[in-house]
Amino acid sequence: MTNSDNAAQKTGHKDQFVVEMRGIVKQFPGVLANDHVDFELRQGEIHALLGENGAGKSTLMNVLAGLYRSEAGEIFVNGKLVSFSSPRDAIDAGIGMVHQHFMLVPSQTVTENILLGLDEPRFRMQLSDYDRVVEDLGERFGLKVDPRAKVWQLSVGEQQRIEILKMLYRGADVLIMDEPTAVLAPQEIEGLFETLRTMALEGKSVIFISHKLQEVTIISDRISVLRRGKMTAAGIDTNKITRQELANLMVGREVIFSLDKQPKAVGNVVLSVTDLEAENDKGLGALQGISFEVHSGEIVGMAGVAGNGQSELAEVLSGMRANTGGKILLNNVDISNKSTRFGIKQGLGYIPEDRTHVGTAPNLSVTDNVIMKKYRQSPIARGWMIDQTEAIQFANELKDEYDIIVPTVETPVRLLSGGNLQRVILAREISGEPALMIAMQPTRGLDVGAIEGVQRLLLEQRDAGAAILLVSEELEELLTLSDRLLVIYEGQIMGEVSIDPQSGPSADIETIGLMMTGTPLEQIEAEGVT
Amino acid sequence: MSETISSSSRERFPYKLRIEPWLHDPPKWYPYFISLVAIVAALVIGGILLALSGGDPFQSYAHIARASFGSLGVISDTIVKATPLILVGLACTIAFRMKLWNIGAEGQLFMGALGASAVVLIPLLPPATTPWIFIPAMILVGVLAGALWGFIPGFLKARWGINEIITTLMLNYIALALVNFFIFAVWSEGGFQMSPRFPKNAWLPRLADYAEQIPVFQGLTTHLGLLIGLGASVLVWFILYRSRWGYEIRLIGDNKEAARYAGINIYRNIILVMMVSGGLAGLAGVSEISGVVHRLQAGFSPGYGFTGIIIAWLAKLNPFAVVVVSVLFGALLLAGREIQPSGIPRMIQGIILVCLIASDFLLRYRVRIERKVQEA
Repeated sequence: MTNSDNAAQKTGHKDQFVVEMRGIVKQFPGVLANDHVDFELRQGEIHALLGENGAGKSTLMNVLAGLYRSEAGEIFVNGKLVSFSSPRDAIDAGIGMVHQHFMLVPSQTVTENILLGLDEPRFRMQLSDYDRVVEDLGERFGLKVDPRAKVWQLSVGEQQRIEILKMLYRGADVLIMDEPTAVLAPQEIEGLFETLRTMALEGKSVIFISHKLQEVTIISDRISVLRRGKMTAAGIDTNKITRQELANLMVGREVIFSLDKQPKAVGNVVLSVTDLEAENDKGLGALQGISFEVHSGEIVGMAGVAGNGQSELAEVLSGMRANTGGKILLNNVDISNKSTRFGIKQGLGYIPEDRTHVGTAPNLSVTDNVIMKKYRQSPIARGWMIDQTEAIQFANELKDEYDIIVPTVETPVRLLSGGNLQRVILAREISGEPALMIAMQPTRGLDVGAIEGVQRLLLEQRDAGAAILLVSEELEELLTLSDRLLVIYEGQIMGEVSIDPQSGPSADIETIGLMMTGTPLEQIEAEGVT
Repeated sequence: MSETISSSSRERFPYKLRIEPWLHDPPKWYPYFISLVAIVAALVIGGILLALSGGDPFQSYAHIARASFGSLGVISDTIVKATPLILVGLACTIAFRMKLWNIGAEGQLFMGALGASAVVLIPLLPPATTPWIFIPAMILVGVLAGALWGFIPGFLKARWGINEIITTLMLNYIALALVNFFIFAVWSEGGFQMSPRFPKNAWLPRLADYAEQIPVFQGLTTHLGLLIGLGASVLVWFILYRSRWGYEIRLIGDNKEAARYAGINIYRNIILVMMVSGGLAGLAGVSEISGVVHRLQAGFSPGYGFTGIIIAWLAKLNPFAVVVVSVLFGALLLAGREIQPSGIPRMIQGIILVCLIASDFLLRYRVRIERKVQEA
């Protein structure tokens, strides 16, 4: 990258910061999210804010964007002390934030969404005039989007572009991007990076929040690292630090990047899916004839950009969604269109995508959450009663075994961090000793340390002979863990890649990327495109 | 860096209120303390209103207290009022735990009363039947009738997802009309809007019945319904917190998707819980006509079923707290009869309610008064 040139060019006005945050303190119930944090942003730079989940990155930026008020600390914009009481104050001062979850009105056009909440046009809405303005602005920054399109018709990547345009239209000089790549396909990520670079060249400053080391080192000029609410590194030049060093600053301990994976000892077929078809919530075909097998002792990865039928697949397999065609055999028992409970009885474990809305009951205790699949069986069940002593004992055992950090097992799980919550779910599912484990995005949103823990647990399960179907959007994770990789696109399987622990995957990343964007493997091989 | 772009320049008062969420879960006693503060605050507000309207607040309060707790006799009357409230409060508690908004306790209570009356008036059992059979039979039929009134909205909700708030509310009117039909037409005594008096065998035993053995009980109307209510509150607590079924109810109530994911049959539970809820409300109806009025008559319930909603809510869906709150409400109901103008206790009841509900805010946020810092 050409970041070094940029950096050199900028040293001229080094002492003048666009944004300067001093001693920011922000407290939430139970956590000190920001503990006297200082942060400096130079003009025209892409400044990455790196940190584990829950390190306080988003909190700090929400303070800057006027969404939160800090308990202590000062913010200077272009050298002037400011106090924001709303996002509007922040945007008036030139600071705009693009959140992880977009705030758009699906039934309105791109232009309408961009104008939403502005005082102009005052009375008569001549949209076509504004369409042109939006188009021009988009062209200038490489944010191609049809201003007349309705938001619901657009892809997630395009919606993100609208959010950026919204901020640019409001005259933002500082753009905060909160984990912008989480929702994007690899090709879209490259497009976003181009846009960010263009903006930096035009003199705008970008704060790039992320917990992915790789992309941070590619895109940023400087990096600040937050750990547990404190800055562990402030504004280090990106080319003066290694990924390993960054990882250490992030988690405060050595992170092992390669997991020791044993060669697989594949057993008999556990899961056999034939011509599976299912509809999504809108009644459209989400799965269009999928067939695959998972053997005991192997991890089969399912790669794909979000929304290509992965959620529906996991739901159908776990019995939470009906299938419209095809067959699912679990240890030769047909579990298609049976109750969820039937699947559980047949030895199906399921780590759902949505930890808080599906995986756990937030206001119930850790105990109540871990017995979810055991409360019908002895010893926790005693006749029609639940044996509280047994239940609590069971919960305490899991707490110790899986390092769930919680004061007591009576604590409601809503107070747990993401990593701890995931450990609760994993503990519950693994302790059921499932024959088949469906793991849906098991490490999403977790910090580096927690990710490693979860991955280890999955590998242990595999080595113990479980069949695992791993659905993930993190290609790196899939390549690390899977023995075989299936690529799904619009409810169809584009191809299979086998992964040898020693020699690596049988296809390169670009091929996988092409499959993820809809080119079947045979076609790629036939045309020789790589 | 010295210039301040501050939004607030109108700082005359040197103190400001800061409202912020509780950073930790407040201590266990705190909710009770806040409830107590709310009640005291309500009494103070009520007192001011009384004084403004020319009354003597202290005398009025003393009178209310005397009217509901002043002697053994009125304490007993308070308990009589509290008895149906306990049962409907529990009916709402178990349904609300599962986030089923049963607004139909009133109708279910009427159905329970109707069912119990049917045993006496059809008659399903001859008047000379021993109370040992008569009363259980009335309870059984009454509970079943209430449960039926819960089954209908439960089934509609489970099968077609029809909003139970609307159906339970509407079924109230149907139940009322049904009861009216029977007391006006079928069982009317001499054209009055009431049925004939039940035979003594169909009365729930009262303390006064034992006055010969224990003279203190002379004239006390507290009846067996109280024990049924207390027993029911223990039972509901056990179901909710110690049984597998209660676990399912709590799980569905907290997160329906998680319950589905755990393989729990939500449809069956919707129907079952609505039936149990209806049955408990029906039991309140049985207890009221068999323990107090001894006949089926129009308007025997001054909206107990609706009060039950408020009670369940104020008791924070805790079956034991339901008993305490019910006694408080029973006292206010009784005072309403004793005090003139009768609107006063009702007004106080309203103020207490508003204060208690508003005090919930203090459980989630704390208010701090702090001196304004002089900004340099």
